[in-house]
Amino acid sequence: MNRALISVEGVSVLFPLYHGNARSLKKMVVAAASGRLGSDQRHRVVVEALRELDFQLVSGDRLGLVGSNGAGKTTLLRTLAGIYEPAIGRVRIQGSLNALLDPSLGMNLELTGRENIMLRGLYNGLPRPMLARLEADVAEFAELGDFLDLPVRIYSAGMVVRLGFALATAIKPQILLMDEWFLAGDAAFMAKARSRLEEMVRGAEILVLSTHATDIVRSWCTRVLWLDQGRIHADGPADEILTQYLGHPLPPLESEPLGESATADQPPAA
Amino acid sequence: MSQAVTPIARESLVEFRASRTMSERNRLAVRDVGEGLRLWRLAWTLGWLDIRLRYRGSMLGPFWLTLSTAIMVSALGYLYAVLFRQEIADYLPFLALSQVLWGFLAALVSESCTTFTEAEPVIRSVRMPYFLFATRTLVRNVLVLAHNVVVIVGVDIIFGVWPGANGLLALPGLVLWMVDALALTMLLGGFCARFRDILPIVNSVMQIAFFVTPVIWKPSQLGPDGVAHLPFNPFFDMLEIVRAPLLGAEPDRMVWVGALAYSLALWGLAWGFFTRARPRIAYWL
Repeated sequence: MNRALISVEGVSVLFPLYHGNARSLKKMVVAAASGRLGSDQRHRVVVEALRELDFQLVSGDRLGLVGSNGAGKTTLLRTLAGIYEPAIGRVRIQGSLNALLDPSLGMNLELTGRENIMLRGLYNGLPRPMLARLEADVAEFAELGDFLDLPVRIYSAGMVVRLGFALATAIKPQILLMDEWFLAGDAAFMAKARSRLEEMVRGAEILVLSTHATDIVRSWCTRVLWLDQGRIHADGPADEILTQYLGHPLPPLESEPLGESATADQPPAA
Repeated sequence: MSQAVTPIARESLVEFRASRTMSERNRLAVRDVGEGLRLWRLAWTLGWLDIRLRYRGSMLGPFWLTLSTAIMVSALGYLYAVLFRQEIADYLPFLALSQVLWGFLAALVSESCTTFTEAEPVIRSVRMPYFLFATRTLVRNVLVLAHNVVVIVGVDIIFGVWPGANGLLALPGLVLWMVDALALTMLLGGFCARFRDILPIVNSVMQIAFFVTPVIWKPSQLGPDGVAHLPFNPFFDMLEIVRAPLLGAEPDRMVWVGALAYSLALWGLAWGFFTRARPRIAYWL
C-alpha cells in the first residue's frame, strides 16, 4: 500500500449564492427574454469559501484546523474529501480516506440498525465478507442487543449516538478527516468512545481535525492551520500557532500528547 | 477491538481540480459512470430499501402496488370499454399492459427529478459517483414494474391472451428503456437540483403526454391519418417499442426509427449536460 499523501495547490472554492431568483427557471427565462441574463451572469453573488490554499500533508502529519465560525474549516474538509471540487487549483489525495463530517451519514432513521450497518459498509465499498465483520464490530461496541433489528427511529438518543459513533469509527482509513461534532457527546459515553477514537486516530497516517477545542488539538495534532475568511492566516507547529490564535500562553497539557506515540510506531516518511 | 475492520483503499490516487478542457470533463464523467456501475450492489440495495421503506409495516408490502394497479385497471377497463365501445376481452389486456408500462415511464420521469436532491445528505458527506443515484432510481422503478407485471400476466391468463414469439421482440425495447432511463435521470436529476421549479413543470408535461399518447385509447381509433402522425410523439415511440410486441404485433419500423432518434438526442443532451454539471451538483444541493 502506498504512503498517504495530501497535496493542495492553489485551491479556491467558490459558492454561488442562489437567491430566490437564480433558483427558478421561470425567472431566468423571463430575465433572458427581457435581455437581463447578461447582467445576471455578471452580478451573480459568489462567496469565496476558500482562497488560494497551498499545503502538503505526508504520512505521519496530524493537522488541526482552527479559526472562527465561517472561516472555511468544514468546507476545506469537504474539499479534501472530494465532495466539493475546487473552482481553481487542484487537490491530490493518495491513500484510502474516511471523512467523519456528518454524524448521520447514510443513517436512515426508518431502517433498522442492522440495515444501516450494511448500508454504511456498502457506501465504503466493503466486500461481502467484510460486511459481517463490520456488523459484529459495530454491534459489540454500540451494545444495542435486540434493538439492532428495530428501526433506528425508536432508539433512545444515546443509542443513536452510540450507533453513529460505532459506525463511523469501524472502518479505519489511511487518511482521517474529522469535524468537531465528533468530540461532542455525553461524558459517560465519551469515556468509552475516547479510546476507540484515539486508536483510530493513531492508526491513520494523516489526520485532519477541525475543532474549537484547543486541548484536543494540542494533544492530537502536530501542526495547526489557522484559517481566516477562507485564507491561511498561519501554518506551523501546534503550540506556536495556538499561542498566536488564543492570544495568550498555553496552560500545561493535562493529557499525554497522542502524536508522539503515533509517530513512534511508524517508519519515518520517505 | 480485535474485530476491527481493516481499511479498504477504495482509491489509491485521486485528484480533484478545476476541469476546464472538454476531454478532461469527458474523462471525469466517464470515471463517474464507471465507478457508479461498479457500485451496482449498493444501488440495488438502496433501490430495494426504498421500496421496502414505502411499505414497511403494511401487511401486503410492495404488493399493495400490484393490488392498486389491478383495481385501477379493472375499474377503468370496464368503464372505457363501454365508453369507447370496445370488446372487453380485447380492450382490458391492452389497457392492463398500457397502464402498467406508462406507469413505469411516468414514475421514472417524475422520480428522476429528485434523484440528486433526495440524496443530498449522502452527497454532502461522502464522495460518491453521481451515477450511483441514477441507477438507484432505475432499480427502484424496475422493482415497482416487476410487481405490476403480475397484473398483466393475470389479465392475460383470464382472457386467454398470449403474445407468442413476438413477445421476445420487446426485449431490445426494454434494454433501450433502461439506457434512456439512466440518461434521463442524469439530465433531469441535475437540472432539477439547479432549478427547483422543474419538477412541477415535468409533472404537468407528463400529465398532458398521458392524454395525447395512446395509453388508454388505441392508436387505431385515430384512423389511418392520425396513426401516421403518432411517431412524432416521442412518448408513443418509446411506449410502442415495448407494448406492440407484448400485444403480439411486429413493432413498426418507423416507431423504432423514431425511438432511436429520440434516444440519441436524449443521450447527447444528457451527456453534454452531465459533463458540465457534474462538478457543480454538490454546490447546487
